[in-house]
Amino acid sequence: MIDTSFWNWDHAWAVLPDMLWAFLRVTLVVTIAASAIAAVLGLAIALVRRTAPRPVAAVVTGIMNVIRMTPLVVQLLFALYGLLAIGAEVPSIAIAIVVFGIHYATYMADVYRAGIDAVPRGQWEATVALSMSRGRTWRAVVIPQALRATAPALGNYVISMFKETPFVSVIFVHDMVRTAQLYGGEHFRYIEAITLAGLLFLAASYPTSLLIARLEKRLAY
Amino acid sequence: MPTEHRTHTGAIELADGDVPAIRFQHVVKRFGDHTVLDDLNFTVRKGDRVTLIGPSGSGKTTILRLVMTLEEATDGFILIDDRPLTHVEREGRRVALKEKHRTEMRKRIGMVFQQFNLFPNMTVLENITEAPVHVLRRPKGEAIRRAHELLEQVGLPDKADAHPSALSGGQQQRVAIARALAMDPEILLLDEVTSALDPEVVGEVLGILRDVAANTDVTMLIVTHEMQFARDVSNRVMMFDGGRIVEEGTPEQIFSDPQEQRTRDFLSAVS
Repeated sequence: MIDTSFWNWDHAWAVLPDMLWAFLRVTLVVTIAASAIAAVLGLAIALVRRTAPRPVAAVVTGIMNVIRMTPLVVQLLFALYGLLAIGAEVPSIAIAIVVFGIHYATYMADVYRAGIDAVPRGQWEATVALSMSRGRTWRAVVIPQALRATAPALGNYVISMFKETPFVSVIFVHDMVRTAQLYGGEHFRYIEAITLAGLLFLAASYPTSLLIARLEKRLAY
Repeated sequence: MPTEHRTHTGAIELADGDVPAIRFQHVVKRFGDHTVLDDLNFTVRKGDRVTLIGPSGSGKTTILRLVMTLEEATDGFILIDDRPLTHVEREGRRVALKEKHRTEMRKRIGMVFQQFNLFPNMTVLENITEAPVHVLRRPKGEAIRRAHELLEQVGLPDKADAHPSALSGGQQQRVAIARALAMDPEILLLDEVTSALDPEVVGEVLGILRDVAANTDVTMLIVTHEMQFARDVSNRVMMFDGGRIVEEGTPEQIFSDPQEQRTRDFLSAVS
């Protein structure tokens, strides 16, 4: 008997546990771990570009542009097969986390840069007038003010990254979307599983975006 | 009576062994093709309160910024306590001094800005204690005690835990004065400190500065459009135009009996 209905709740319920498990084990783990890497590495890149000697800053900028101008999928595959070629056995999920982290760090670096540039000149001048050291100026004055201005934009990149996590399936990590496809292939029913995947993404990103909007208001001086 | 000549070069005769607080020697400052200061020479004695007056663009603020090392002179030398600030002459060449030396020199100098420039991410107390604790390495408890004293002095004893954004412009400028004083500067630079304030709070800020002038021996270099304040606080006035000193003397001399036409024109324009 061929099921011709558009929607069948039996299939929706049947696939739900696997989907939730994939959401927690892959989507959430990659998003959180890669966001942490991107946030820290992005700041490091922004600081190097602002403070390092010109040749060093130029090299960092060059690498950053290469990463941003090539697709994430290509980077995932390059990392996977590159590591295999040199005989390194790294779990695919770890590769996914690091590649996502580095990729998004290059975007977050620009957000930080904008935040640093937005710190008024008078703030820098006040640190000179108070004889503050370079290190203390960055730590106590510039970075805290830059972070405040950038937190919402960084949050929006986290949401983008979250929505791009299905790309991890190209390196054989079974995320929600891949789980939905596999279920579909087995049961010849795709619509329920893929809809659930979309709804789970929506259920997570919408509240997060609201949270970011609230954060934006709270952080205003 | 101190020996003092009214000159057009700004040179002042010092008593023997008297070390000037600030000395400009042939200082030139250019921004691109534009010469802001042209072979400027003057001396400020310790404890002097010198007001710089003159039309905007005459280089007054640039002088303060040079002393604070926010700008670097294109040529010439600036001495603080007879020690070079940023450059020194070696074998006939003008050599830049290291950042470490500049930082040491800077510690003697404080500045209050037109736009206050308080750190918005810190409380009032943190603004005042930041540099004493992290630059002068004073014990935190001592720095906090001193900050409270200073807040008392500027009339804001209950604002220690407020953020600058919660304060009015006049209050912010009073905190900025406290922040500068917390470093116990030998030289205090005041750059149009009332220009950004509402007229009704100008008086309270100037009142505090009058107290500072009366109760300390800090050397002051003041750029202001408040001629009455200049009269009250300063013991010397220098009139600038086109990056040069047009005329200088005591406030009485400059305000009541200016010798130069440009000074008379300027004073009649601002009063």
